[in-house]
Amino acid sequence: MANMSDIGQNISKGSVAATGNLRGEEMFGTVFDGNVIRRFIDFVTPYRKTIYIAFIAVLIYTATQIAIPLIIRDAVDSSVGKGKNGYELLSLTIQVFFGVVTLNYISNYFQLTIVAKLAERILIDLRRAMYVHLQEVSLSFMDKTEVGRLMSRLQGDVNSIQEFLETSIFAIGDFILLIGIVVVLLTLDWHLGLLTLSVVPALFIVRMVWLPIAKKAFMRARETSSIVNGALAENINGVRTVQEMTRQGINFEQYDDKAHDNLLSHLKAVKLAQIMVPTVDTLTGSAMAIVIIVGGNLVLKDSLDLGVMVAFLFYVQRFFDPIRSLTMQYSVMQRAMASGQRIFEVLDVKVEVQDKPDAQPLGETDGSVIFKDVTFGYLPDQPVLKNINFEIKPGETIALVGPTGSGKTSTTALLHRFYDIWEGEIKIGGKDIRDVTQDSLGETVAMVLQEPFLFTGTVFENIRYHKITATPEEVERAAKAVGAHDFIEKLPEGYNTILGQRGGQLSIGQRQLISFARAIVADAKILVLDEATANIDSFTERQIQEALAVMLEGRTGIVIAHRLATVRGADRIFVLQEGRIIEAGNHEELMAEEGMYHRLYSLNYASFDDVPDELIQEALDFKS
Amino acid sequence: MNESAKIKSADEILESQRGGMDYKVPTLDGDYRLGLHSLRRIAKMALNYPVQFPVAILAVCIAGFFQLLMPRFLGEAVDHATGLLGGTAVAPEAAQAALWTAASLLIGVAICRGLFTMLHNYLGEAIGQRIAYQLRLDYFEKLQRLSFSYHDKVHSGDLMTRGMLDIEGVRRFIEHGILRPILLVILVGVGAYLYMGNDVVLGLLSLSFVPFALWRASVFRLKSRALWRILQERLSSLTRIMEENLGGIRVVRAFAAQDFEIDKFDRSSKQALEVAIARVGVRYANTSIMTFSYFLAMGLVLWVGGEKVLDGQITVGELTQFLAFMTILQMPIRQTGMVINGIARASVSGVRLFEILDIEPAVQDRPQAEALDVGDGVLRFENVAFSYDGAPEQNPGDATIRDINFEVKAGQTIGIVGPPGSGKSTIAHLIPRFYDVTSGQITIDGQDIRDVTLESLRAAVGVVQQDTFLFTSEIDANVAYGEPWAERNRVVGATEASQLHTYIENLPEGYDTIVGERGVSLSGGQRQRLSIARSVMLTPQFMVFDDSTAAIDAATEQRIRVALKEVTKERATIVISHRLSSLMHADEILFLDEGSIVERGNHESLIDLGGRYKALYDLQAGKSSEVTDG
Ligand SMILES: Nc1ncnc2c1ncn2[C@@H]1O[C@H](COP(=O)(O)OP(=O)(O)OP(=O)(O)O)[C@@H](O)[C@H]1O
Ligand SMILES: Nc1ncnc2c1ncn2[C@@H]1O[C@H](COP(=O)(O)OP(=O)(O)OP(=O)(O)O)[C@@H](O)[C@H]1O
Ligand SMILES: [Mg+2]
Repeated sequence: MANMSDIGQNISKGSVAATGNLRGEEMFGTVFDGNVIRRFIDFVTPYRKTIYIAFIAVLIYTATQIAIPLIIRDAVDSSVGKGKNGYELLSLTIQVFFGVVTLNYISNYFQLTIVAKLAERILIDLRRAMYVHLQEVSLSFMDKTEVGRLMSRLQGDVNSIQEFLETSIFAIGDFILLIGIVVVLLTLDWHLGLLTLSVVPALFIVRMVWLPIAKKAFMRARETSSIVNGALAENINGVRTVQEMTRQGINFEQYDDKAHDNLLSHLKAVKLAQIMVPTVDTLTGSAMAIVIIVGGNLVLKDSLDLGVMVAFLFYVQRFFDPIRSLTMQYSVMQRAMASGQRIFEVLDVKVEVQDKPDAQPLGETDGSVIFKDVTFGYLPDQPVLKNINFEIKPGETIALVGPTGSGKTSTTALLHRFYDIWEGEIKIGGKDIRDVTQDSLGETVAMVLQEPFLFTGTVFENIRYHKITATPEEVERAAKAVGAHDFIEKLPEGYNTILGQRGGQLSIGQRQLISFARAIVADAKILVLDEATANIDSFTERQIQEALAVMLEGRTGIVIAHRLATVRGADRIFVLQEGRIIEAGNHEELMAEEGMYHRLYSLNYASFDDVPDELIQEALDFKS
Repeated sequence: MNESAKIKSADEILESQRGGMDYKVPTLDGDYRLGLHSLRRIAKMALNYPVQFPVAILAVCIAGFFQLLMPRFLGEAVDHATGLLGGTAVAPEAAQAALWTAASLLIGVAICRGLFTMLHNYLGEAIGQRIAYQLRLDYFEKLQRLSFSYHDKVHSGDLMTRGMLDIEGVRRFIEHGILRPILLVILVGVGAYLYMGNDVVLGLLSLSFVPFALWRASVFRLKSRALWRILQERLSSLTRIMEENLGGIRVVRAFAAQDFEIDKFDRSSKQALEVAIARVGVRYANTSIMTFSYFLAMGLVLWVGGEKVLDGQITVGELTQFLAFMTILQMPIRQTGMVINGIARASVSGVRLFEILDIEPAVQDRPQAEALDVGDGVLRFENVAFSYDGAPEQNPGDATIRDINFEVKAGQTIGIVGPPGSGKSTIAHLIPRFYDVTSGQITIDGQDIRDVTLESLRAAVGVVQQDTFLFTSEIDANVAYGEPWAERNRVVGATEASQLHTYIENLPEGYDTIVGERGVSLSGGQRQRLSIARSVMLTPQFMVFDDSTAAIDAATEQRIRVALKEVTKERATIVISHRLSSLMHADEILFLDEGSIVERGNHESLIDLGGRYKALYDLQAGKSSEVTDG
């Protein structure tokens, strides 16, 4: 799973000024961020025991790694046969060797699997924590955050943490190995040891020059990758619009620029990374040469055992491995820190709309609704709804009409507490909605949203949605009520037909009908229909209304529509304009009043050519 | 961690997949061949670099060769240190001189090895990156060209995964799947040849683990491939769940379905975790036992070699040579896991990628296609039938739309009404050739639209789609999407026509306001008006409004129509709407039901006809009481 990095990484061109935004993806962290580490530890603590075990395995493994050349030394020494008992000594050494490699095998297996599995689990934990949190955060945050950006956190960032985890425990092993080797070299022969180690400072100096340059190149490479992926995502999601507008040519050029940039920056990064290879090799060769010349002379003079020299040669070969992987660790760690910051940023998004500690379920309710002096807006100082007052009696159906952008959808969103209001109060069944749990609110208010959203899955699953207790009969009844049954039956597998992404193989009206049926199955006390029949012909709509009249007996209805025929039958109609209710009453009353409603209504049904200019002008004036 | 007991083993997962129905794992054989084919194709792409690629391979060979020389010099050095030269004892001075030679040779070899390793690593990566670049462009271009019928079937998240992870998988193949294995083969093969000459028994012993390792590797390869596939699929569905949850967050909230969604996530992520963990298990069980077999072989070399030294059959230096040679072999052992993983991944990824690159777009220019030449601007549908599955119709009555005949000239308007699913949008989609007709033909000024270039056709036809998609960028950029270099006044002209200008101007950031993915921070009607503005800006000769004012109130709609009246004078317009006031002024109105035209004529004649149109009209005009179901 380690390679899912960067999914849907998106770069947004401009940063939006409002608060609560996620920072850009190009953010690169420092190598060490105490805050991230501290919070990260919370995710690791549940696995404490596993980590101890893994740590022990790493220790054993490292010890055996250090021991193996020593045993080889003994074997070589004993085979040089300084004593008669060479054969015995040799076989003893070999036995030890076999013992050690067995231990090496077992500890290696455990360190690898335990750590990797643990990393997979923590990855899931982190991702789940974010996902769960995103279910709670306020819609105002979700409104302005692209799905792609969140996805890149849920996947790419989580993966770099996983990668970090997987390697970090080995980094500890590497570090111990390094120290172990140094200690062994110095104890075996400190003169030779020091001489051999003299190449290490050279390596550090080279690295010090190299690192800042390389770091920049690596960052740049990563950044261009996420730009390329962002562009790809945008074009995949908007491919229909792209073809419609024949933008393929321009888009391709723009993408080519980005991809080419990406190529160049990667080539540069590779070049820089590879420069270290001959450097390290040269230093390894030099260290060996030192061992050969100095050690060899000592051996010739008989002041050093041949075995020690052989052991030195083996250690030198190993010595640079941990250094190499430790430097690799560095960039992994840096990436992980940046990812950690991004992950915790998501987890820290404030949940603005929250259940009160003593929130109660709404329970049985008569379905009455009261809006009292409600004022609300999405942006500070820009109220969208101003001082809204109305009351809906149990079982009543009311309609909201008004020009686009006048705040109809916003009103219903408030009823469901998608957002908290600035001023005033909203009550359902006499209880302030801020005092009840959001879950119970969701069970009481069912909505057909302006934009139908279908999930990948069967038609049946889509209509039933989370009401898993709903029987096929109930689902069918709802489908029949909204007039969707007939076309569903005609689908290749009827109710079991799997719908593609967002219900792609259905017409928009059909999607709307299914999302309508979903709200009916939810069987709630209050039903909100936001343009639920906008894409449906009046005939079908009429049938739906008749069926609904029976099904919604005793329930409260709130209907939003631009086609005024839809709302004619409502008990009361509220006309909204620029966030205020300017007229209220039933159809006849409003027509008699000759206000806004009357004008809109006349426009609705006059043939275009017949509309007197002054009528249009009147409507226009009304609006401005 | 005690729950790990509940996690299925790799074998169980693979077994359950064979029988299970949620994911299809193709037969191992056919699958294998496909994978092999895709690997061959990647390799062929590498051949497009006629200098770099051979040089890279050469560099690998040389680097391997130098690496193999090192144990020899080490061994000789050890011998010199014991005062041996060529097996015979020599004077200390000579031995010292020999030590110097050995040391300088060693440094030389080390430097050469480093340089050539750098060269092949770099070239391998560079070729990989260039291939990735090429694939990226091809993939992007292909996706842009693939017609709607393809995009209807796939999930965008899946396309995204392919575009990132699979290209990545293919990219690494050059390095991990070609160069690395060559190095491994050289190290083992040439090494065996070089060192076998010294002592056959020790040579054989030092390679004794190879057959075992190969066997493990091949077992691992098969399992790893199968697991990769399953993991890929499960990750895809997890991605889909997360994406749809976030995209449909309003539905989730509206139904208070958070727990349900979390449950869905948990189930899916557990399935993915299961495979991921099984994969880890398989991978490390194999690599660690391979390492173990290697150390056992080393033990044997040490043992037998040590006795041989004691017996005086070989020198300590020669033994050291074998041991040092074996140290070199440790790298291949470690890397086989990586190599196999890389190959498995590349073959899975390659199949997934080429699958898309090989699709021919259902709709594309014919070889001799010429640019559309619009004269009088007559659009004509002649006996058009169409069905989405594209299958040759067994039963023409089942087609989504059929027997569609109509004609519209510049300056005229055609209205289309009909119940949901009757085929209105389908007609709209056929005009810019988002889909090709199944039978019959559509012509513009006598030219079959299939005979002209797509680009010229689509420039002449503007469709305002029923569901609006906005890009995450400034309002400005969204309106000018079709013509990014258009001047501001044209943008403003378009938004004025669609009655959006005043609203935009009142926004704190005006035209620079960023609108969201599906435009969440705009109201439904504002979104639709933005999309109208986007099409209007392009001034196409044929305009189709597909229910594009459904979320707009009648007054605003009238204003838009007044504003557009001027421009539509020289254009042919098709208006699809459920609101009759939007199209009752049309020159001809088509009433569509179940894919065919059941009534047609202008408003008056349809009213006189007293059929379904009239019934609909009465319903909307408020005379509903007279209408009975029918
Ligand atoms: N999530 C949001 N963030 C910021 N502003 C918003 C958001 N949603 C709506 N608005 C703004 O609030 C105003 C009211 O929008 P609302 O969706 O309530 O209108 P509406 O009456 O439902 O319109 P329509 O008939 O077009 O659907 C609009 O100006 C809109 O741009
Ligand atoms: N991409 C598709 N793949 C398969 N079938 C489709 C696809 N799009 C639409 N259909 C089917 O074709 C038929 C006609 O759909 P179309 O979108 O043309 O209807 P419509 O008249 O525009 O309806 P609406 O008023 O709801 O928009 C419907 O039965 C629909 O299910
Ligand atoms: Mg449609």
